[in-house]
Amino acid sequence: MTVDRRWQLSLRVVALTYLGALLFVPVGLIFYRTFEHGFAAVWESITTPAAIHAFQLTLEVTIIAVPLNTLFGIVMAIALARGRWRGKGLVNAFIDLPFAVSPIVIGLSLVLVYGVHGWFGGALANAGIQVIFSVPGIVLATIFVSLPFVVREVTPVLKEIGDDQEQAAATLGAGAWTTFRRVTLPAIRWGVAYGVVLSVARCIGEFGAVSVVSGKISGETDTLTLLVDKRFSNFDLAGAYAASALLALIALVTLLAMTTMNRRREEGDT
Amino acid sequence: MSATSLTGPRSAAPGGSAPAGGAARRAAPAWRSTGALGLGVATLWLSVIVLLPLSAVVVHSLDGGLGAFWDAVTSRQALAALRFTVLVSLATALINVIGGTLIAWVLVRDRFPGKRFVNALIDLPFALPTIVAGLVLLTLYGQRSPVGIDIAFTQAAVLVALLFVTLPFVIRSVQPVLIELDTEMEEAALSLGARNATIFRRIVLPNLVPAILSGAALAFARAVGEFGSIVLISGNIPFKTQVSSVYVFNLIESDAPTSAAAVSTVLLLVSLAVLLAIRGIGRWGVRYDR
Repeated sequence: MTVDRRWQLSLRVVALTYLGALLFVPVGLIFYRTFEHGFAAVWESITTPAAIHAFQLTLEVTIIAVPLNTLFGIVMAIALARGRWRGKGLVNAFIDLPFAVSPIVIGLSLVLVYGVHGWFGGALANAGIQVIFSVPGIVLATIFVSLPFVVREVTPVLKEIGDDQEQAAATLGAGAWTTFRRVTLPAIRWGVAYGVVLSVARCIGEFGAVSVVSGKISGETDTLTLLVDKRFSNFDLAGAYAASALLALIALVTLLAMTTMNRRREEGDT
Repeated sequence: MSATSLTGPRSAAPGGSAPAGGAARRAAPAWRSTGALGLGVATLWLSVIVLLPLSAVVVHSLDGGLGAFWDAVTSRQALAALRFTVLVSLATALINVIGGTLIAWVLVRDRFPGKRFVNALIDLPFALPTIVAGLVLLTLYGQRSPVGIDIAFTQAAVLVALLFVTLPFVIRSVQPVLIELDTEMEEAALSLGARNATIFRRIVLPNLVPAILSGAALAFARAVGEFGSIVLISGNIPFKTQVSSVYVFNLIESDAPTSAAAVSTVLLLVSLAVLLAIRGIGRWGVRYDR
């Protein structure tokens, strides 16, 4: 340690004050505000039919989006880490787009493709399929925003472990699929799991892109985050806090999972 | 890996036995298991989910011709929103550079009870839905503020919201570098009589610069596009607290998709520029390392 005690203490105080004012106190306050009128009121407000439906829809969308992106993520990560092909740099750059693009732009982009006046709008309407202002639009938006997580967690792991073990397995006569299942997958499983946790958190929490494509029909296309916004706009503060507390609880569980996994990864537990 | 991996994954597949000499390594087995077909499907997925919709934004932005595009982008309200967005995002990035580096330093070099708990909570802004973040900040710094600070519907409120959602970027990119950094150099400098400020400026900081910059660029990119945390707390006052993403949202709601697409295209270009900058910083950082 190269700084003296006085400096060390003042830096610590500055850092913790900043974190406290920005993060700890606000998040603590949301739970206090939620439960200041007792638990019963909160329970009532998160078990209304609209709230239950919003919870179910959020869950449904997550269950569709996460496995698809996990599959995509593993295949793409292997291609990026092990394969050599033309256009790799470009594809690698495109994968980060969902992180960099505003969620509102993402929502708009889906409206312009699948909306009534969009590229496929006419064809979809003729086929009787509604995407925008309906569940498929929400699913597409959610897949879009959570696309990069698994790829970005698994690629560095694959690069780090190298392909020696895979080569050895192949030398010993294992087929490609066996090698993947018995050698590669166990080695990357914590990376995959970490990416999945991040994806789940993002899927549950997405607001901007979903709010453009959902149409916010109560009991039909309202997700949990949209419900928070709607209740707040309708001056139902207690209701907004209750739904928020539920989402914050999910976020805290996510955080716990992330911390546990990080520790296991660092310990090199396989 | 040798050039054999270029000849296609299928050609090398049949038969379990590897070449006896092992001089020429074959394509990585994991790569063979997914192969060109997997890559094709994955690329198609990326194209349909991400690239096709984003190209629709660019194409639609020119629906009314270049003149209409230009008018939409340079309307007074659009310009004011874009100016405020870029300025407040720059401020966010700058504060993160200082605050984030400081917090990372404290989390790595300092010791105090509850450090692990604090460290784990740093990621909360990534896990917390943005709309909840906005509501959370409005509760503490809004009209019903229990501490008497009411900054709701001001530019300062937008800055606070952006600082909240971008908090982890610089910290999480600086932390690992700081952990890896050898303290021997610092001790050597100290024994040679260098003062703390000099050691930080001449030894610690140069090692951290690539990490700080890439964290700041990520924070900037996130800030430019942020919507959920701002929409409640900003009050969306044109020429004052309206940011571009909320402006685009208003255009969509008022059924002006072409103008919305035009402003979005500008935002897309900003995102692309930041992505390129981050890759540039990454390459520079790697070269700097050697």
